[in-house]
Amino acid sequence: MIKFLTRRFLQMFVLFVAFLTIVFFLLHAMPGDISNQLIGNPNIPPEQREILRQTLGIDKPLIQQYGIYILNFFQGELGKSFSRYPSDVSTVIGAALPRTLVLFLAATIVAFWLGFKSGKLIAWGRGGKIEQSYIVGGVFLQTVFYPWFALVMLWFFGSQLNWFPLGRFIDSELWRGTEFNANTVFNLLILSVVIALAVFGLMRLVISRITPDPIIQSRYRRMASIVILAALLVFWWTSTMRVYAWDIVHHTMLPVLVLAAVAFGGTMLLTRSAMLETLGEDYILTARAKGIPERAIRDRHAARNAMLPVTTSLVLALAFVIGGGIVTENIFSWPGMGSLLLQAVTSEDVPLAIGTLSIVGVLALFGHLIADILYTILDPRIRIS
Amino acid sequence: MSVDDQTQVTEPLDKELEDLTHGAAAVTQVPMWRIRWRLFRRSFARNWALFTENKMGLAGLTIIGIFALMAIAHPILMTFVWDPAIYDPVGGYDAVESIVTIVEEVTDPATELSLEDARIQLNPFVEVGEEIVTVLQPAPPSFSGDYSHWLGTDPQGRDVLSQLLFSTRAAFLLGAIAAITTVVIATTVGSVAAYYGGITDSIFMRFADLILLMPLLPVLFVVGPLFGLTMLNLGLIIGVLNGFGGVAIVLKSQALAVKVKPYIDAAKVAGGGNGHVIFRHIVPNVLPLSFLYMMFGVTEAIAIESTLSFFGLLNVRMTWGLMINTAQTQGFLLSGVNYWWLLFPAGLAVSILAFAFFIVGRGMDEVINPRLRARG
Repeated sequence: MIKFLTRRFLQMFVLFVAFLTIVFFLLHAMPGDISNQLIGNPNIPPEQREILRQTLGIDKPLIQQYGIYILNFFQGELGKSFSRYPSDVSTVIGAALPRTLVLFLAATIVAFWLGFKSGKLIAWGRGGKIEQSYIVGGVFLQTVFYPWFALVMLWFFGSQLNWFPLGRFIDSELWRGTEFNANTVFNLLILSVVIALAVFGLMRLVISRITPDPIIQSRYRRMASIVILAALLVFWWTSTMRVYAWDIVHHTMLPVLVLAAVAFGGTMLLTRSAMLETLGEDYILTARAKGIPERAIRDRHAARNAMLPVTTSLVLALAFVIGGGIVTENIFSWPGMGSLLLQAVTSEDVPLAIGTLSIVGVLALFGHLIADILYTILDPRIRIS
Repeated sequence: MSVDDQTQVTEPLDKELEDLTHGAAAVTQVPMWRIRWRLFRRSFARNWALFTENKMGLAGLTIIGIFALMAIAHPILMTFVWDPAIYDPVGGYDAVESIVTIVEEVTDPATELSLEDARIQLNPFVEVGEEIVTVLQPAPPSFSGDYSHWLGTDPQGRDVLSQLLFSTRAAFLLGAIAAITTVVIATTVGSVAAYYGGITDSIFMRFADLILLMPLLPVLFVVGPLFGLTMLNLGLIIGVLNGFGGVAIVLKSQALAVKVKPYIDAAKVAGGGNGHVIFRHIVPNVLPLSFLYMMFGVTEAIAIESTLSFFGLLNVRMTWGLMINTAQTQGFLLSGVNYWWLLFPAGLAVSILAFAFFIVGRGMDEVINPRLRARG
């Protein structure tokens, strides 16, 4: 397993350098450079332009620029943003990255969880109106014109029902005059959730050591999750940042749900067809012949095996979530990587565009790697060999 | 196509061939194309019967047909019925007169105007409760008058129906370019990689991995505006990336299954060269699956194009995405159902056409993959 993963990791590294190369040369294939924007300005003499070119390093030959770029990238040096001069691109991206990660992760988890559950159920109760309507709904969610769908959702839940705020990350009215920084509160939120998850994982491990009985195990697990959830809620309820934390969470909900809704359709359809394939296998028949309860056949025999192709498709869903995430961020004015990318592009801020695109590439890469790791965990054939 | 499917197809055909030939002497009298045509018709009829078992696939085909009619209708209407000065999707303008009531608080923007806006835009002396005739755009749908606008006009006074129909043609063109490029490249790459194997295979597959890794939409976000992509460029880019990417991998595995079939060996023994075997024997057997991906490719291309033009990142005259973009830049984004004709026709058109291509693809999938078919 370690060998498999190292090989995969190396492969991905090579692919990533190739990706960086393509991005770099693609953007440099454009005619002209930043100093051309100053041609029309009579107050800037040609010498000054030359100095600018030298400071920015764009007078060097392309291949040298490429070498410098690659070296700098792996040292975390992404250059300075043109449109937010003199901020570093890495600083700008560093502020936006956690927000995007939360959006992507939350949406993926919600979509995957719900999609798997409902796909499993509709494949099990095959035929009939319910299955048909789920399929039509799933296909509709998968093919709907996403920006339009997000707009309609924003209008409906934000403007008509008034359940959620109309986009943005925080309510500036509320935050005026507070001593808290939105990023600090947000990072604290992430940290608390991560700690809660880690504790839960630890407890699971302990529980599996305590008793071998799966029924008691699942009872303990449920209790543990309730306790941890309660602890998390109590912590934030008593915190002085309660209002602000809730404000951020409230702003996060609608984008996550809308993005999850779209990714949900694909996962559900795929789970359904994977389930249908496994249900035709011989071991399902064997399980039936042994008199195993239907629920156990569905969850333990069929769904477990149907999970494999669905995990593989997580990679494809990832592309969907990344593309959809960028659209979501722009429609909900969510200040993450996606809105950064659009801003960089519309203001012709090439370093910021390259930087954002590369980091999005890194995200995609890590997604692939995580899917691979999940795959090895799920499939004993890979784990053992 | 699985093994038993093939035998099922060929069995009745053998009989057909026997009927056709009536012994060796008759062979020369029946031209080859006729046999091929009959073979094709037979398998088509069989597959069509399978396809029509699934009502969703048929519904998809019907929707695509309706959209195709819409695309054809536009040039005809422009030539014979509509005055280009008024109905042109990009440059047309019609000062539709509508009667609005001046009110303090606007509840229905289609028939009411706030006092503040009216005083700034029309007449500084109007009072609340007055009814005035304006040429304010966007105007709601009108079915009478000199020039009727069934779907109203957009914020710049252009006919929405005309824009909708014009964009249909653009969407079909884009879908066709992307899908055909995908299929041509993917079948060639997949067949060649499977046939030769070894280093050729590795190169193509690593390249496909690289493309799969690339987040397509973000890359197009950057490339689109910087290079001023047009519809044709975009279709080609999507086609090439899909063709060398994911679809090539799927078709390669299909070609691998074809490669080990006895008739490939037979073709080689009969003296067929590499090119002959690949293009005459492997490609035709991979094609059904590639048509399936063609349908999904159309869905994807339409979605990507609409998203990019929604953000105004493409160099196009008029598309569905651009129609919503216009509504957005003019500030009608959250107007919801009040200005429904600005957001809903275009948004629904993109969604429904993509939906139709997708379910046709699924219907074809059931024809090709017998395991997906409903039991009993």
